[in-house]
Amino acid sequence: MRTRLIATVLATVLISLLVAFTAAPASASPTPGAKPDQGITGTIRGPDGPVEGVMITVLQDGTPIGGATSAADGKWLVGVPKPGVYQVTLDVKTLPTTLQLRNPGGETLSNLRVQPDAVKFAIFPLVKAGEGAGSGGGGGGGQLAYLVSVLLSGLEFGLIIAMTAVGLSLIFGTTGLINFAHGELVTIGAVIAYILGTSLFQWPFIIAIILAIVGVGLLGGIIELGLWRPLRKRGVGLIQMFIISIGLALFLRHTILFFFGSQREQYLQATTQTQLTLGPVTISPRDLIIIVFSILVLVGVAVMLQRTRMGKAMRALADNRDLAEASGIDVDRVIRNVWIIGGGLAGLGGVLFGLTSAVYWDMGFNLLLLMFAGVILGGLGSAYGAMLGSIVVGLVAQFSTVWFPAELEYAWAMLVLIGVLLVRPQGILGKLQRAG
Amino acid sequence: MRSADRNPGPRAGATAAQSESVDESIAQERERVLHHEQEQDLAASAAAQALASVAAEPGSSKPDPILVAKKVSRRFGGLLAVDVEHLEVQRGTLTALIGPNGAGKSTFFNVVSGFDKPTSGTWRFNGREMAGLSANRIARLGMVRTFQLTKALTRMTALENMMLGATDQLGEHFLPSLIRPLWRAQDKQIEVRADNLLEHFNLAHMRDQFAGTMSGGQRKLLEMARAMMVQPDLLMLDEPMAGVNPALTQSLLGHIQALRDGGTTVILVEHDMDVIMSISDWIVCFAEGRVIAEGRPDDIRSNQAVVDAYLGSQRALPRKQEE
Amino acid sequence: MDWVGIFSSALSDMIGPFAAIYALAAVGLNLHFGYTGLLNFGQVAFMLVGAYGVGVAVVTFSLSLWWGILVAILASVVVALILGIPTLRLRGDYLAIATIAAGEVLRLFFNSTYTEPVTNGAFGLGPTNNEFNALNPIPNGTYQLGPFQYTSSALWVMLVTWSLVALACVLVFLLMRSPWGRVLRSVREDELAARSLGKSVYGYKLQSLVLGGVLGGLAGVMYTMDISTQFPNNFDPKVTFYLWVIMTLGGAGRIIGPVVGAVIFWFLFSFLGAFLGELFPGANTGAARIAIVGLILMLLMVFRPAGILGDPEEMRLEVR
Repeated sequence: MRTRLIATVLATVLISLLVAFTAAPASASPTPGAKPDQGITGTIRGPDGPVEGVMITVLQDGTPIGGATSAADGKWLVGVPKPGVYQVTLDVKTLPTTLQLRNPGGETLSNLRVQPDAVKFAIFPLVKAGEGAGSGGGGGGGQLAYLVSVLLSGLEFGLIIAMTAVGLSLIFGTTGLINFAHGELVTIGAVIAYILGTSLFQWPFIIAIILAIVGVGLLGGIIELGLWRPLRKRGVGLIQMFIISIGLALFLRHTILFFFGSQREQYLQATTQTQLTLGPVTISPRDLIIIVFSILVLVGVAVMLQRTRMGKAMRALADNRDLAEASGIDVDRVIRNVWIIGGGLAGLGGVLFGLTSAVYWDMGFNLLLLMFAGVILGGLGSAYGAMLGSIVVGLVAQFSTVWFPAELEYAWAMLVLIGVLLVRPQGILGKLQRAG
Repeated sequence: MRSADRNPGPRAGATAAQSESVDESIAQERERVLHHEQEQDLAASAAAQALASVAAEPGSSKPDPILVAKKVSRRFGGLLAVDVEHLEVQRGTLTALIGPNGAGKSTFFNVVSGFDKPTSGTWRFNGREMAGLSANRIARLGMVRTFQLTKALTRMTALENMMLGATDQLGEHFLPSLIRPLWRAQDKQIEVRADNLLEHFNLAHMRDQFAGTMSGGQRKLLEMARAMMVQPDLLMLDEPMAGVNPALTQSLLGHIQALRDGGTTVILVEHDMDVIMSISDWIVCFAEGRVIAEGRPDDIRSNQAVVDAYLGSQRALPRKQEE
Repeated sequence: MDWVGIFSSALSDMIGPFAAIYALAAVGLNLHFGYTGLLNFGQVAFMLVGAYGVGVAVVTFSLSLWWGILVAILASVVVALILGIPTLRLRGDYLAIATIAAGEVLRLFFNSTYTEPVTNGAFGLGPTNNEFNALNPIPNGTYQLGPFQYTSSALWVMLVTWSLVALACVLVFLLMRSPWGRVLRSVREDELAARSLGKSVYGYKLQSLVLGGVLGGLAGVMYTMDISTQFPNNFDPKVTFYLWVIMTLGGAGRIIGPVVGAVIFWFLFSFLGAFLGELFPGANTGAARIAIVGLILMLLMVFRPAGILGDPEEMRLEVR
C-alpha cells in the first residue's frame, strides 16, 4: 500500500515535470525583461498569423503611460505602475495594409481594468482588408441576433462544462468520492494539447487533442489504481478521501503553476476567424465546430451508458452498489473504466475550454465549481443530470453578462447552485433518498 | 473528551474474545431474569387479558391504544410502500410487526417515528396528533426508536452514549452549558441513572470504553439501554436481532420482555418467526404495504392470509405441533 | 545558504501574526468539523466578511473600530445563517460544495465594480487599522529575542490575537465538557441516532456553524488589523485549505489541535518559502511550497488522519 502510494506520487510528479519542462520554453517568450507587477498584454494576430511591428500605446485619463511594439510572435506587453483603469490604442498606421480592424473604432479599447498583480489582456480583432464585420451584413439583426449569440456561447460553455462534469458525476456515483482534483485533469488536458500543438511541437491539432484525451485518461486510470483503489481497500472513509483529493488538487495545480507559469496562453489554432453568417446569427467556425463536436461526444457518452455492457454496469453501480456487486459486476474494473473515461472527457473539455478562453494554470479549478454546480443542479450521481445541469449553468453564466458585469458570470452560476440547494436539493433529475 | 485513565483501546481480536465471555454471562443473566422474576408472568398475563376481547382482524380497535394510525401511506415513485388503513397498538403490550421483505414494516416505522414523511395520513400517540412533527420532537414526546443497523456513537464512551439519552438537560442549552454549577447536579443524577441502566443491561464493565470497541450484540444492548434513558412510553425496536450472534438473542429477548414488564409499550419489527411467536402479546402482519392480519400468536399461526403472504418467501411459518 | 536567516524567519513566523490569525480561524473550523462533523470548506468566507465588515465600517463609513468589530461579528452570523439554513438539513457533501461556492461568490462580488463604491473592489480597502494601532501600548521599533524578531505593530497584533485564541480555546473547552458538547459530538458521530434521542440536530448544527463562523470572522478582523489594506483576492479558497491542513495536522476534535497545527504549519510554510527561494532563485517557489502543502495534506490524511494530538485508535473507530 505504502509503496504503491509512493509510486503513484512519484508518477504524478514525473508527469507534471514532463508536462512542465516541455512547457517551459513557451512561458519564457512572452515576457521580455523583468516582469512588472501588473500590466496589459496581447497578441496581434491576423487571419494568417502573428503580426510584427504594430505600435500600442497605453493611456490613463488621456496621459500616456507607456507603449510597446509587437514582437515577431505578435506579442506585446506594457507594464503599468498600479492597478486601475486604462485605455489602450493601436496605431492603425503601423498595421500592414493587407489588414484592418474588424470593428470600426476598434483601435481604441477604453475602460480596461487592471487588477493588482495581474496582467490584463487587450484584444484587437483583425481581418483581411475589406472584410470588416460591418461589411459582411451580419452586423444587423439587433437585439435578437445578440441574444442568439449569447445563447450560442452559453450553450458552448455549458457543453464544455457538461463534458467535464460527466466524469465527476460518474466518479461520484460509482465510488461516492467527490473528486476535487477533477479540475486539474481539465488543466492537464489543455496543457498537453498546448505543448504538442502550439509551444514545443506544432503537431496537427487533432493529434494534439487525441493525445491530450489519451494522456489524461491514462492519468485518471493511474490515480485510481495507485491512489483511490488502495485507499478504498484500506477502508478509508469518504470524508478522508475527499480531503485527500483536495490535497491532490492543491499539489497538481501548483505543480502546473510552478512549471507552466501564471500567464495565459492561446493555442495557435485559436486564431481569430472569419465569422460565418447563418440567417441572423454570426458564429465563428471554431465555436460552431466546438458545439457540434461536443454534442456528438455527449450523445456518444449517453449511448455508451445506455447500450454497452460497460455503460450499463456503470449506471447499475451508481444506482445501487450492493446490488451491482451481488449481480456479478466486476466493481473494480468498472470504476477503473469510469476514471479513464472521466479523465479522457476532462482532458478533451480542457482543450475545448482552452480554445474558447485561454490555457492557464487554474483554468480547471475555475471550471470545477461550475462543474459542481452542474452536477448538483442535475442531481448528484446522475450522469444525464450532470449534462443537463451543466448546460443550464453555462447558459446562466453567459446570460448574466447581458445584465451584469462579465467579471461576475461565474458568481451568478454559483449563486444558482446555492439557490437550487434551497429549493430542490435533489436536483432536476435526482431522486430523494429514503431516510432511516 | 476521554478519561485519562482509559485502558488502551483493545485490538479487534481481544474484543471478540472478551465479548464471547460477556455473551455467556449475559445468557446466564437472562436465565436469572426469566426464572426468578415471577412478575414477568403477571405482566404478560395482564397484557394478554387486556387483549382477550379484541377481535383478531385488521384494524381492530383496542381498549387502551397508545398509538392509533389512520390511513397512513407512503409512496416512492410508483411504489406504494405503506398503505395502512387503520392500526391500533395496545398500551403495555409487546406488539410485533411481521411480514415478508419489502412488506412496508420498516417504512411504516420510519414514518410513525418521524424519520420519513408520509404521503398521506395521520397518527395519534398518547392521544396527541403526531403528523408533521419532527423526529426529535416525537422522541421527546415519548416515542423512541432504535435502528436496524445499530447507531452506536462510536467515538463516545458507553456512559456518554447513555447520558445523551436523558431529556430536558439544562446543560444542553448554549449559555447555561458554559456555567458548570448550573447543570452539575442534574448531570450527576443522569449519570446515576445511566449507571443503573448499564448495570441492568450488563454493560457496566464497558462504561468507559468507546462504543466503537463493542461487539454487535453489546451495541444492540447499548442502543436499547440508551433509548430507555429517554424514558419512553413507547419503544420501537427495528429488527433488534439482526446481525446479532444467535447465542445472544435469548438474552436480548429477555431484556425486551423485561422492558414490557416494566411498563413500557414495545413494538418490534422482526423477521424471525420463532422469536416473535414466543414473546409477542399481539402480532400485526404486513404484506405489500397493507395490514393483512392481526391477532394473538395463535390467531396468526392459523391465519390463511398470513400463510399465503409468506408462501414463496424464504421463511415458512412454524407449525403448531412444534410446541 | 543562509541557514540562520531561514530559521530565524521560520521561527518568527511560527508564532507570528499569521500563525495566530490562522489558529483562531482554525479553532472555529475545528468546532465545525472536529466536533460537529460539518464539512465547511468556506471558512475563508467568514474571514472575508469579518475583514470587510470592520474595513467597510471603519474606512467607508468612518465608524469607530468597536462598531466595526460589531459589524464584522454580525456579518459572520448572517453568513452562517444564510449558508446553514438551506444546507444543514442535507447530506454533508452539499454543505462542502455550498460553502466553497459561497466563499467564491463573496470574493468575486467584493472584487467587482458593483460593490466598488463600498469595498473599493480590486483596488483594496485601507487603511483599516489606524485606530487599532493607536491603541498599541508597545513603543515603536523592532524587537528581537534570539531568532525571534518583530515590529511593535506585529507584536501588538500577536498579543491581541493569541489572547483571542486562548479565550476561544477556553470557550471550546467549557462547551465540550458540557452536555451541549456531548450533543454536538453525537451529531458528529451519527445524526439519526441523535435525533432518535430527541435532540434537535439541526439547531445544534446551526449553533455550531454560527459560533465557529464568528471565530472565523474575528480572525478576519485581526487579519485586516495586521495587513491594513485588504483585497478580496486575499480571501481565495487556498486559505480554507490551509486551515484544513492546520486542523488535521494538529488533530481534529482536540482543543489545542488548531494551535499546534498553526504553529507547525507556519514554521514549515515559512521555512519552505525561504529554503526553496534560495534553492531555485527566480523560480516560482510560492507555487512550489503550496504544492508541497497539498502533498502534506494528502500524506497526513492517508497515514495519520488523527493528526499529532489525535488518537489513531480512536480514528479507526470512525465508520464513515
